[in-house]
Amino acid sequence: MKREKEIAVKPKKYKRSAPDIAFTTLNTIFMVCFVIITLYPVLNTLAISLNDGTDALRGGIYLWPRKFTLKNYETVLAKDNLITGAYISVARTTLGTLTALVTNALLAFIVSRKRFLFKSQLSLFWVITMYVNGGMIPVFLLYKNLHLTNTFWVYIIPGMLSAFNMLVMRTYMQGIPDSLEESAQLDGAGYMTIFVKIISPLCKPVYATVALFVAVGQWNSWFDAMLYNRMRSEYTTLQYELMKLLSSVTNQGATADTMKNASAAGAVTPTSVRAAATIITMLPIVCLYPFLQRYFIAGLTIGGVKE
Amino acid sequence: MGKTKQKENNQRTEITWKEIKRQKVLLFWAAIFVVYGFIFCYVPLAGWLMAFQNYKPQLGLLHSEFVGLAKFRQLFEDAAFLRVIRNTLAMGVINLAATFVMAIVFAILLNEVRSKWGKKSVQTISYLPHFLSWIIVTGILHDALSSSGIINELLLKSGILQQPLNFFAHPKYFWWIVAFANVWKETGWNAIIYLSAITSIDPCLYEAAAIDGAGRWAKIRHITMPGIKPTIMILLLMNVGNVLNAGFEVQYLLGNGLVKSVSETIDIYVLKWGISQNDYAIGTAAGIFKSAVSIALIVIANQLAKRAGEERLF
Repeated sequence: MKREKEIAVKPKKYKRSAPDIAFTTLNTIFMVCFVIITLYPVLNTLAISLNDGTDALRGGIYLWPRKFTLKNYETVLAKDNLITGAYISVARTTLGTLTALVTNALLAFIVSRKRFLFKSQLSLFWVITMYVNGGMIPVFLLYKNLHLTNTFWVYIIPGMLSAFNMLVMRTYMQGIPDSLEESAQLDGAGYMTIFVKIISPLCKPVYATVALFVAVGQWNSWFDAMLYNRMRSEYTTLQYELMKLLSSVTNQGATADTMKNASAAGAVTPTSVRAAATIITMLPIVCLYPFLQRYFIAGLTIGGVKE
Repeated sequence: MGKTKQKENNQRTEITWKEIKRQKVLLFWAAIFVVYGFIFCYVPLAGWLMAFQNYKPQLGLLHSEFVGLAKFRQLFEDAAFLRVIRNTLAMGVINLAATFVMAIVFAILLNEVRSKWGKKSVQTISYLPHFLSWIIVTGILHDALSSSGIINELLLKSGILQQPLNFFAHPKYFWWIVAFANVWKETGWNAIIYLSAITSIDPCLYEAAAIDGAGRWAKIRHITMPGIKPTIMILLLMNVGNVLNAGFEVQYLLGNGLVKSVSETIDIYVLKWGISQNDYAIGTAAGIFKSAVSIALIVIANQLAKRAGEERLF
């Protein structure tokens, strides 16, 4: 009954009912809270990383540094293990993403060919791996026997193919009209030419999606460094070094006293250094992801509706 | 004519020498991928044999003594393992429920934001935590929940607490902290798929409802929710099998000696016994148990969905 007015006046923007206004207000409040809860911890870490370490111990730093300094970052950048870690992380992210892209794309290309003799068998072979895997110990022993542990390659080779990423690419490739392939074949093109020159250029969006997934995974992974390369500090990764830094601080019993003693010599404290290292580690991804939104949205949507 | 048509529909090419020769490049690479997959995904399955043996690395899989189900019996007689199962299940279910509900609620509410700019900005911000590693997230959480952290500060200032509370020292908070960490990290990301499902709902339905005098709440209940129900069901099915996978990194990074009894999951148990203590057989047995339960859960969920006439995975 109440809404009779709304029916008459179509552009509702000007005539809003009370429940509608209440809804909008509550919804806005919810969204604001959501944004604050999401952003505050990150911005707080940023503020602490830019603040004088001893001064930060007094507390009360929220979104803005009180005593600005870059000293924490200088300290972090002077730590050899973090520098090594950063190099390895960059290397594994670039190399790992490139190899994963090529192998996943090639396999997806093969199983998406309509005429391929074993396409359903080959797909099934990989789909099974999504649900059944050997588990931590057998995998660990396998890598050990293959002499992959204590090498850089343990970050690259086992992760080259993932059934999920391959299926995302396959779904996309199946949507490309066959006529393109057929006409190229009439012109005498082989499968490799078709893959490189015809299919791949059309698959750029899905390649970007998979590249993003793989790159984020590579950049953020730390467990493999801990499990397979614990003994080899030259193959450590940034995330693993960050973890060691964080756990050394929390385990020290982070009472204000010990920190004050530690900081008596300089203006940096474990907390402030940790904040700086955290910011450096998250920086590359945080700067990149907003520009890649449409790619991961597309990828997730394909991935979600597969099969 | 009818026959060729049918053949085209089946899209199956007969295996002939001519066809094999034509596809030799594809077959060559396919073979390489099969070898690769066999080594990295199927060979580890042979390692499951270890769970039925008194495995000695120097003897190898072929010569170690076969002990049948003894290792599994040992596993289930270990009170620590039973506790670990309880923890894994409890955190898996809490996480699944919490992240699921939050993602759906967030997607629906974000869809109701009128300003295009506001919607876009909130959405972009909401993805941010997904891209941070668990190392960073747990580090931030440690800071926020520490005795001088923001949460204690708020609780003290608002008078709810008289003394700062060390959240990580009390087992009763641990599961909820883990659930919160998961919600914080993944809500925006998980909402993506619901948001895209909402966009594919026919706008005519909303217009028709508006003409019938439906308010926004009614539209959400009667159009948006039913519209994304198939997506919800599919994702629920996909995630049920992951309930036991719902915990390793967070628990490993957040756990400490004081909350060990509630923080350790199956994966941590495997790591502790298998890798650190070198008891490969027990570690593998625990891993097998986890895989078996996961697969059973997927199949059961799928059957239930089938019976209820809902979408299903296979």
